[in-house]
Parts: sequence; structure tokens; C-alpha cells
Amino acid sequence: MAKHHVEAIVNGDPVEFLCETEETLLDVLRDTLHLTGSKEGCSSGDCGACSVTLDGRLVCSCLVLGCEVGGRTIETIEGMAKGETLHPLQQRFLEHAALQCGICTPGFLVASKALLERNPNPTETEIRYWLAGNLCRCTGYDKIITAVQDAAGAMRKG
Amino acid sequence: MTMAGNGTNGQQYVGTRTIRPDGADKVTGRARFGADYNLAGQLIGKVLRSPHPHARIVSIDTSKAEALPGVKAVITRDDFADMPSEFIPAGEMMMNYKDVTRNVMAREKALYEGHAVAAVAATSAVIAKKALKLIDVTYDVLPHVIDVVEAMQPGAPILHDDLFTVGVEPKPDRPSNVAKRVEISQGDIDAGFKRADVIVEREFKTAPVHQGYIEPHAVLATVSEDGSAEVWVSTQGHYIVRAHCARLLGMDIGKIRVNAAEIGGGFGGKTVVYLEPLALALSRKAKRPVKMVMSREEVFKASGPTSGAVVKVKMGATKDGKFVAGWAELKYQAGAFQGSPVQPGVMCAYAPYEIEHVKVVGYDVVSNRPKVAAYRAPGAPISEYAVESVVDEIAKKLGIDPIQLRMMNAAHEGTKAAYGPKFGPLGLEETLNSIKKTEHWNTPLRKWQGRGVASGFWFNIGGETCVSLTVNEDGTVSLMAGTPDIGGLRASLAAVAADELGIPYDKVRPIIGDTGSLGFNFLTGGSRSAFSGSMAIVEAAKQIKSELCARAAKLWEMKPDEIEYAGGHVKPKVASEKVTPMSLVDFAKVAGKTGGPIGGVGRINAQGAGPSLGTHLVDLEVDPETGRVTILRYTVAQDAGKALHPAYVEGQFQGGAVQGIGWALNEEYIYGADGKLQNAGFLDYRMPVASDVPKIDAIVVEVANPRHPYGVRGVGETPIVPPLGAIANAMENATGIRFTELPMSPPKVLKALKEKYGAGGAGR
Repeated sequence: MAKHHVEAIVNGDPVEFLCETEETLLDVLRDTLHLTGSKEGCSSGDCGACSVTLDGRLVCSCLVLGCEVGGRTIETIEGMAKGETLHPLQQRFLEHAALQCGICTPGFLVASKALLERNPNPTETEIRYWLAGNLCRCTGYDKIITAVQDAAGAMRKG
Repeated sequence: MTMAGNGTNGQQYVGTRTIRPDGADKVTGRARFGADYNLAGQLIGKVLRSPHPHARIVSIDTSKAEALPGVKAVITRDDFADMPSEFIPAGEMMMNYKDVTRNVMAREKALYEGHAVAAVAATSAVIAKKALKLIDVTYDVLPHVIDVVEAMQPGAPILHDDLFTVGVEPKPDRPSNVAKRVEISQGDIDAGFKRADVIVEREFKTAPVHQGYIEPHAVLATVSEDGSAEVWVSTQGHYIVRAHCARLLGMDIGKIRVNAAEIGGGFGGKTVVYLEPLALALSRKAKRPVKMVMSREEVFKASGPTSGAVVKVKMGATKDGKFVAGWAELKYQAGAFQGSPVQPGVMCAYAPYEIEHVKVVGYDVVSNRPKVAAYRAPGAPISEYAVESVVDEIAKKLGIDPIQLRMMNAAHEGTKAAYGPKFGPLGLEETLNSIKKTEHWNTPLRKWQGRGVASGFWFNIGGETCVSLTVNEDGTVSLMAGTPDIGGLRASLAAVAADELGIPYDKVRPIIGDTGSLGFNFLTGGSRSAFSGSMAIVEAAKQIKSELCARAAKLWEMKPDEIEYAGGHVKPKVASEKVTPMSLVDFAKVAGKTGGPIGGVGRINAQGAGPSLGTHLVDLEVDPETGRVTILRYTVAQDAGKALHPAYVEGQFQGGAVQGIGWALNEEYIYGADGKLQNAGFLDYRMPVASDVPKIDAIVVEVANPRHPYGVRGVGETPIVPPLGAIANAMENATGIRFTELPMSPPKVLKALKEKYGAGGAGR
């Protein structure tokens, strides 16, 4: 069967690509568009390492087909820093040592950004439940939660 | 943070929370992990795995797969030379390549579900998967055995006809699944128990658990027509990958260049080879680069979990609380090939305590499971969990506070460990004291809530290490290390280099070099990389400093011993108006004129690793309706010796604690009667998520290791040792029930509550 021709917006830029029906959005991002910041940890939607936003909604890109995203807007970790400035979440993750190996970090950052866009002042419990779809095996989550709380505070102050 | 450091005695960056040099790449998606590498013209490799837990492989017909358009190479057992059964050194590890070659590709038999039987390289993943289905394997299915106790029974299915138990007299005349018996002892165990006023004896069972790194194994390999090869791989030890692949494939070590990708977690599980020799063999055959990445299911089924075990413990104490006898028997699953971590399990069991009479026996037992791999303090969490549970019970029987009881028996400087050495300074008492002083320890609890405490020990290692420091033309410094950085190593090493040379932290760029760039490095494991790496950097910096003093002596027409390097400057020891002190930047500018490039290489076999001891404190609550356990509060105190980077040390404490929480409460390999793994995915193998755990308070205790220039001990492994016992003790405190089987998952808890108190815990 012929490949699908898809046009979409990724990190603000128009992109077009061809994909097989069974290829996931994660496959397309990593293998076709060479945006390897989104990671594949499980391909079953359980680890969140492939988190992106699709029309502003947080999704596991391993559970979305490439051919589903025609005409839609995708934001990945590669689009998070603006110009030379890291996003406050990125900066706070570094300052609080909220990563060890770093494989889950892009997913946590994308998911945390999506949280703070909906809820600029989440409680610790709200952060923990929002991020429950992202697995981290290194940090025990402690410093991740602190970093998100600190970033939320900084962003509220503007 | 741009002030210059003052050298070893004036630490500017060591001990501070610097931003990691690899950080920006890690938060922007730039960092390249194993699966992020690609080469033009690469093929995709896939592995055909046995659906049977135990089967003789009668024949493998690959002709149909080879004929499929797009398939460029197929490999089977015929592509690997057989190896004799002998233990030979691979770095500092002893490996039996007869087993290693059989684990990467099954030969006579498939020994576990998921055992590699063939591999394919094709122009796309879709074609490679189709090709796997066209490989025709004829199996003669054999009876299997999964459970460790069943595997030890006479009449159990035998995995290896040539496996005779080592360490028993007389030598057995028939093969069994027991690979070896090990024993340590000191004193007279029977005499010890005679002196005891109280004796507690218990049997424990733990389930195998997986390291659970989020990044599946991934490799990209390319072999040229001249036989030279290059590999990019997610591994804890790229030199070890090189050594194993060279041997398995009959290649010269020097012909293989291995690059360590950023590694997405390892915890011991990425210290061995799985895909690497297959990718090289496929590439050698196809003459194209080959990329291979495991699925999560493959990670669970075919890479190493750690052992499940059955442990018996018997301890005796006097009525005033002195431990007088400790006995234990450990049966550890090795998986399909011998080599469980039972030896360190035996050695660590009683290591936190000073006990006169000790005897610990261990058995290494094979069964039809994936071969175990190292997992953070390999073997220790299991045996120490059992002992810490019994210690808690003794405390209760004697009416002594559990911290006080541990304090009374704590190993300390001068204690002779049952496994041999006499300890140097140890920090166990300090961690117990720190825990006792916390507000946490003194907070009241409610019904169905419980508090538990446990301590833990791990040796730590040093080992072969090579680093280089190169002074660039502008006085910035390139730092190259050869141990993959999994948790902030580059930050720690850069801080040491900056302080040693007295230059700003951000003028040091640390990278992980490939196997061709530095001398042999043992892997990142054994909590060794910051310990050994920092020692090697001190050595490399010393070379730079002495070289600069020698060059300055010529420039200034003085003797080298009249010159010193301090505060980032070369200067006369006695200030002189005739010469102006020179900074590293000044010297870099005249490097060519004064003798050429400036640099140092630290090549050491690091000795003197200091054991790290820790004590954990946990509060939890049991829901009597569901059996679910909620961790309410958690505090870790551990001796780091010296925390080069306190935030990443705390991170090790916190991460290890949460891995331990998973091990204690939820994680386990579940097999069906068919010998197949039933929960090979993150949905059913449930690791802790953020909402499962509270904040983890971390107390960094620093009892300096006198054998390290900064006092460093290793910190990475000890944190996973105490949680199992601490949580089991808290469960007893909450429910009045001594749980002796891990994980303490809701069904087990609910059943125990129902048996003791009736439905919903009504009788409590």
C-alpha cells in the first residue's frame, strides 16, 4: 500500500512526511523528522518518555499513528526552549538536579509544561498525579517535584 | 559560580551543587542515547526468540528468510564459535564464555522464554519482522523448572548436563541445577547460639525484580571490509562491551572502537552484552551498519533481572541486646546460567554488625529464567532484608528500641567482618544517630500506620580507571573519562578538576571518551566511577602541575622545587619581584614555546574503596479494605564519605529508596505454569510512579574515607539495601503481622489481614 502523505505543524514549523499506516507519531518524529528528543521506553503508553502535545493535549506519541496528525499541531521537547533561553522548567530541572540519566527528562518536561499551562499553581499531590504517567527509575521523583514546584512559582511571578 | 578554586585544600566547587555540564543537552532533547544514533545505509536488526522455557533446538532453517527481498543477513548459532567452559578474566570480572556465547545466541537448547535463537538484518524494521516469521525452528520441548527450591530437588529438569556443584565434598557424580555452594564463617556458630538468651529463626522469600531502566538496550554497529569495527551503544562499560565482543567474534580488541552513548539507566543491567555481538555479526555478514533496539517485552524477557531467593536466617542475642550468633542459608536464582549474586549476598548478610560467631551458606541455582544481571548492590538487599527483619524481631522480643539495638551492635572501625577484612572508619553509628534525631522518628502514628527502620551495607569497589586532562590553547581544560556517566559523574569530576587546577568550573568540559581515546576503564558499577575517577583526576592534575613547575623553572631560571602551583597560578614559593606568577591561561599561550601540549593522564587501579552504610526510616499506612500500602514518609541517612556533588548524592539515596519501595511492595516476575513470563510490560510490572511515593528526605553523612584524597566512598548502591527490611518492619508495626515474602502486594497483605483479623481488619 502506498504511504500516507501528511502535513502538520511541529514546534511551529510546517512539516510534511510520508508514513506507513502502522508507523506511530513517535516513529515519524524520531526516524523521519529526526527529532530524537522524544524517547521510546515501552511503546505501550506506560512510561511517558515519548510525551508530546497534540493540539495542546498531552499524549504519548507512541499511541498516536503518524497518519492521524494531518493538519494538527505538535509540540515536542525540541520546541521548548525559546531562542537562547531555556524554559523555566528546563532551568529548574538543571538547578535542582532533577535528572540523573536523563532519558525520561524530555517526557517529564513536556508533561510538566502541559500541567502548568492548565494549572499554574498545582499542589504537590496534583503534580504527583499529573506526572504519574511518566516513569523515572533514577531520581525517586523527589527533585522532579521540587523543580516543577519551583518553576511554577517562578512562572507565576512572570 | 565563576570564582577560581584553590586546589585540594581549598575546595571551591567540590561539595557544591554545580549545574551538570551535560545538562542543557539533557533538557532540550539534544543528548544522544543508544537509540538516537543512525548511520547512512543502516539496516535494522531483529531477534527471533524462543517461545519455550526449555527446548532442544533440533534444526533452524533460515533459507526462506534469507530469500526475502530486503533481508541482508541472518545469523544463528552457526555464526558463533563455541567456547570451552572456563572462567577467564574480563577486566576484573571472571566470565565463562561457554555461557556468554550461549546466552547471546542459543546453541544446543533454548533455556528460557525469550532466549535468542536467530537474528536478521534487513532494510527496514517491517521486513526484518517478516523475516523472523520465515525462520523455521524445530524444537524438542523439554520439561522446565522456574522455582529455585524446585530446581534444587532431585528429579528436577536439568538445564546443563555438565553442571556439577562446586564447593561440596565429595564432588557430585551427577549434574544438578546447583552450580555452587559458598560459605563464610567466623567463630563457632554452635557456641554462639549456646550463649544466646533469645534466638529468632525465620524463612524469607523474595521475587526476582528487574532493574527497570527506562531506556531499552540499543546498539549501532558497523564492520568494514578490513575487519575494523565501530560501535555506539548504551552501556555501563564500553571497554567491557569491546572485550566481550572481541572474544565472542574472534576479533582483535584494538580493531573494535566502542563509543558510549548517553545511557538511559543501567543499575547493573547494562554491564553485560546482549545485542552488541549480534549487531556486529550481522554487520560483518551484511557489510552494512546494523542498528538494534530491544522492545520493552524483550528487556523483561531476555535481559537480566536480579535473583529471586529463599533465605533462612537464625540469629541469637543476649538479653541485654548483644548479637552473639548469626546463621543464614541463601538460595539464589541465577537464571539459565550460573552466576547469581549469592556470594556478595553471603558476604553482606551480617556485615553491618559486629558479631563473634557467624556462618552463612549460599547456593547458586540455575532454572529456566533469563540469566540474572547485576542490580544495584547485587545480592545484598535480599540477604540484608532477611537479617534486618530478624533484628527487628529481636528488638521487639527484648524490648529494646530498634535503633538502639543496631547502635549497640554496629560494625565500626576495627570490627572484623565475617567475610574477612578489618574495617576502617565506618559511618553506621552516625547514620543511626542522624535518624534518631529527625523529627520524623519522633512523630506519632495512627491505627493501621507503622514505622520501620533498617540499615544496610555495601562494599563499593575501585578498579582500573584512566582519565585525561588536556589544557587547550586558551587555558580551558578538556576532561576525558572512560566510565559512562549515568547520574552526574561529569559534574563531580569537573568540580574536582576545577578545584585541583584552581580554575573556574565552567572552564572544564568533561566528556566520556571512546575506547580508543583512553586506557582500559572498568565499567560504571560498584559505586566506583566518582570514587575512582576523582582519584585519577587528582593524579592527572598533579602531572600538569609538576610539568608547569618544571617549565616555569626553565623560564625563570630557578629550581623546580622552588616553584609551586597554587590558586590556579604557577609561582615561586617565596615571592620574587623578578618573576610574575603565571596562570594556566598564561601558560597555555606559551605551551608550544615551552615544550608542547600540556596535559596529564591518570592511570590507576584504584584501591581503598570505603564501604558505605545507610539507615532508612519509613512510615506507611495499610488499607485494611484493599491491602494497599501507602508510603507516608521516608528518610534516608547514608555515609557518603565526602559528597563531591551533594545533590547527585541525595539523588542516589532517593532513587535507591524508591527502587527499594517497588521491590518491597509491588515488583515481581510472574510466571505461568507454562514457564512463560506473564507481566513483561510496564503496565503489569508496576514500578513506583510519582503518586506512589512521598518526598524522600536525604541526610548526607560524611565520615571520610581515609584512603581517598577527598574522603569519598561510593554511594550508588547502598541506598537500595535497607528499604526492603525497613518496609517489612513498618508493616509489622502497622499490622502486627511479620511478612516474610516479597513483594508485599495488596493480594498478599489482604489475605494475611483476613486470616488474622477477619474481613476488612475488623478484629484489630
